[in-house]
Amino acid sequence: MITVNKISKSFDGVKIIDDISAVFDKGKTNLIIGQSGSGKTVLMKCLLGLLDLDNGEILYAGKKFQKDNISTISNLRKQIGMVFQGSALFDSMSVLDNIIFPLRMFSDKTDSEMISRAKEVIKRVDLKDVDSKFPSEISGGMKKRVAIARAIVLNPKYLFCDEPNSGLDPKTAIIIDKLIQEITVEYDITTVINTHDMNSVMEIGDKIIFLIGGKKIWEGSKHEILNTDDKMINDFVYSSELFKKVKLTQQKS
Amino acid sequence: MIKYTFTKFTKWSVLKKLIFQEIDDLIIGSIGIVAFMSFLIGGVVAIQTALAIENPFLPGNLIGFATRQSVVLEFAPTLISIIMAGKVGSFITSSIGTMRVTEQIDALEVMGINSFNYLIFPKIISLLLYPFLITLAMFLGILGGYVATVYGGFSSSFDFIQGIQLDFKVFHIIYTYIKTILFAFVLATIPSYHGFFMKGGALEVGKASNISFVWTSSVIIIINFIVTQLLLA
Ligand SMILES: Nc1ncnc2c1ncn2[C@@H]1O[C@H](COP(=O)(O)OP(=O)(O)OP(=O)(O)O)[C@@H](O)[C@H]1O
Ligand SMILES: [Mg+2]
Repeated sequence: MITVNKISKSFDGVKIIDDISAVFDKGKTNLIIGQSGSGKTVLMKCLLGLLDLDNGEILYAGKKFQKDNISTISNLRKQIGMVFQGSALFDSMSVLDNIIFPLRMFSDKTDSEMISRAKEVIKRVDLKDVDSKFPSEISGGMKKRVAIARAIVLNPKYLFCDEPNSGLDPKTAIIIDKLIQEITVEYDITTVINTHDMNSVMEIGDKIIFLIGGKKIWEGSKHEILNTDDKMINDFVYSSELFKKVKLTQQKS
Repeated sequence: MIKYTFTKFTKWSVLKKLIFQEIDDLIIGSIGIVAFMSFLIGGVVAIQTALAIENPFLPGNLIGFATRQSVVLEFAPTLISIIMAGKVGSFITSSIGTMRVTEQIDALEVMGINSFNYLIFPKIISLLLYPFLITLAMFLGILGGYVATVYGGFSSSFDFIQGIQLDFKVFHIIYTYIKTILFAFVLATIPSYHGFFMKGGALEVGKASNISFVWTSSVIIIINFIVTQLLLA
């Protein structure tokens, strides 16, 4: 579980994250949604300690996340997996080496143990015949899978995904979403996902936090989001024709 | 940045591999261009000297002497370092810059890896071999001078070889290697800095490499001036 207490973050005097408090639950896929530019990535980078907070605090399982406490921080970092918006695979390494990388850095396993663990997660994310390929030689969807595999190879307690399905076709996007959700439940981890895709929201929105201009303006589940009266949320949810139709059929029935 | 580079070390087994990789990229990969350039520059220096002193009263060993002085003191350490600022420097800036814009550096940080140590330390260590490159440049520069002088018919082989042994000062060699070590440090750090702290996308990576080259070569020239003032003047 991750607890966020009144955090703020500005760049050059502009508030990008404005006094946000939230709780991200264990064993659930927690979604941060909002329009492009609403501050989702910045919020996630604050959670991860990649950006320093102006105000507020972040607690992992009740313990304060403090950058200056080197030993607890590096312990915590080993429990965190992250899938970046652009996958962020290491170009200079093969797919297999990318996935082994965290093991090589943080475990005392032998080479063959590392390879067998990597093969395990490669299988888990349904990848085939890519081990010796380089990131530039595989498709966007495969990159996401490799990034997920790399993020879960150390059995993390926390998984962060920044728009895991952006740039993918709708079918692959849902498969990736489902994969993340299954992993979350299977390993009982706290998963935080940034997205602006309503399909994802309806698929995996266990808990949803809605951002506008860096402020949290709503929180609830995927069932609640369809039926809220909040105008700003309805604008976002029903911006596509498809969801307008969904609403109409719902109202009829 | 330098401070963080030497703290919170990456696992030695991983670091060792990175260092060998960097030696391969930065040092081995530069041997070709360094050899080619220094040989030809040495040749040109010798020919220029020969043409400038076409006076029968000047001793024939002067060409060898002048070639050795200019190659050892300036052309090998300084000119080659400026060429390296273009080759090695822009390679470092663009590779680190690309890692920055594609969030690979963030990925390292999230895993709890000190990205300064992971990326910059191996470069600094591998550039400790830079003096070997410069030694090669000196040797080939003088060889180039010899070939140009003897085969160009400007002077005899005996005179040239006598010239390069003339008035040999150990201190000049020390001076050259002091410069070289300083240049190596500049070549590793300034381009890394420009890659690390760049913002933006692919276009900015190109710009960062440009700016990095201007800074690296300027700093090399300035250090060259200061060290020469301090040690030789
Ligand atoms: N390092 C930075 N310096 C200055 N401003 C920044 C920085 N990072 C982000 N911003 C600004 O913060 C705002 C929110 O950006 P952010 O990347 O969090 O949006 P997002 O919700 O993730 O959007 P998208 O869905 O397009 O990824 C933007 O206006 C952006 O310009
Ligand atoms: Mg984003």
